Amino acid sequence: MGAAPASRDVTSYGMGLAAPLALFFLVFFVAPLLQLLWLSLHNDTAGLHWGLGQYLHFLSDPFSLSVLGSTLLLGAEVTAVCLVLGFPIAWLYQRVGPRLQTIIILIVLLPLLTSVVVRTFAWIVILGRQGIINATLQSLGIIDTPLKLLYTQFGVVIALAQVQMPLMTLPLITALGRIDPNLDDASCSLGAGSWRTFFRVVLPLSLPGVIAGCTLTYAAAITAFITQSLIGGGQMLFMPMYLYQQASTLQNWPFASAISIIFLLAVLAVVSVFTTLGRLSRGYGGA
Amino acid sequence: MSGRKRTLEAISFELVMTVIAIIALIIIIAPSLVVLIVSFTSGFSLRFPPPGYSLRWYAELWDAWQLHFAAKNSLIVALWATGLSIVLGVAAALAISRSPTLSARLLDSLFMSPLVLPALAFGLAALMLFSLVGLPVSPLTLVIGHTVVCVPYVVRNTVAALAQLEPTLLESSAVLGASRLYTFRRIVLPLIRPGIIAGAFIAFMSSFDNVPVSLFLRDAATDMLPIRMWQDLEGKLDVTIAALSSVLIIATIALVAVMERVTGLSRRLTN
Repeated sequence: MGAAPASRDVTSYGMGLAAPLALFFLVFFVAPLLQLLWLSLHNDTAGLHWGLGQYLHFLSDPFSLSVLGSTLLLGAEVTAVCLVLGFPIAWLYQRVGPRLQTIIILIVLLPLLTSVVVRTFAWIVILGRQGIINATLQSLGIIDTPLKLLYTQFGVVIALAQVQMPLMTLPLITALGRIDPNLDDASCSLGAGSWRTFFRVVLPLSLPGVIAGCTLTYAAAITAFITQSLIGGGQMLFMPMYLYQQASTLQNWPFASAISIIFLLAVLAVVSVFTTLGRLSRGYGGA
Repeated sequence: MSGRKRTLEAISFELVMTVIAIIALIIIIAPSLVVLIVSFTSGFSLRFPPPGYSLRWYAELWDAWQLHFAAKNSLIVALWATGLSIVLGVAAALAISRSPTLSARLLDSLFMSPLVLPALAFGLAALMLFSLVGLPVSPLTLVIGHTVVCVPYVVRNTVAALAQLEPTLLESSAVLGASRLYTFRRIVLPLIRPGIIAGAFIAFMSSFDNVPVSLFLRDAATDMLPIRMWQDLEGKLDVTIAALSSVLIIATIALVAVMERVTGLSRRLTN
């Protein structure tokens, strides 16, 4: 480093500025996770006997495997709903004026910033036995007895989709904003219809946004705790609640640690798959 | 092909997309509206539409000291976590934003990882570490845990703001004889401030609303608002919670409106 400031690149800052946060993460993020891994590799609560017992227990137990399976499936369902509903929002955003654009963004943002308990609570009011949907259907004479909407997979999926919609919509809006509008016109003037243009031009070019949105939505949906527990109720068990029960109620820390590690690996696997797809899609979009 | 056919097809496409978009926007906004309306009920249940309207549940809320206590704890922890996130996050963002090195990219991934990893697993891990070193759960452990999961928002938004900063501005400032610190204070900081504020705002909101980390790192003395509400809701459907929810929704809308004015939040999150 030269003594004269002018001899240095004035547009960048030293890596040393990242040291405090890096140290903070090492002590309070990396170390705890390593300890979690360490304890999960022990067969007893005191952490004296090494072994893969916790993992064998999880992987040989049909109940544990079904919890993992239903959690991964839940994430896929929520992501699909968010994509189908979120894409048209992003599309509409690109077609309206600046004032409406701001309104759409603020509507999309609202659930992201509202307390998760509040959002979930609202769905209980809507989906409950005497909730809005049942009350409306009954007063219209369409049904006699209330439908069971709360404590069902459908209820959890729709509530999670609403809660996680911004995570899908915001990257999509960004991705669609980057597509040259002339491409749309070119495709149409070459004779492709609107649907064909959408599926052959707009959708492929927006793939990086689709993948970014899917990654965030999927990770958020499977790790959501409050919505899963309140809308799913006692009948449906997903990984976060399973982990919490083992750790907090049963105080079985080694098994809870193993659940955490398996859960972490599952999330990482999904994120890596999406990231790989993202890299491929960027190549495709650029071609 | 005929022009009429193409027009019909274009209309069908636009109709389908617009209708789905409007349905989606209604699904997004309806729950908040429902809670707002139900909270003014004069009855004891969460029936919709309410049998009559009154402010009785807001009066109940005024006297609900347990909720006040939890709200105060949540607010204090969120303010500390946000402050710590700004100090650590902005410094780290300055370091990694313009560096093309591998270590900068690795650090960036590390700092972003709390966004996708299950926060509940981190909460358990942090509890185990604190109990190993003999640090009892307290507001301090809560602030530390919340900072880990909130700092990514500050880093990400500050990095985005720095990416839009013209390097020529910094070079001109240096050429004109300003020191690095002076350039930072008078040029860089004012230009990236909206990004920092937007990131800090989202960090604050997510700390105030955090359940998975608080669940493991709190004790009875540090009851947190979202956990209190969650536990109340598991027992019974309390209309007081609807009143509290409405207060939180209104506060959120007001804060978002202020942030939109101050930082252009909506533009910031879409590019």
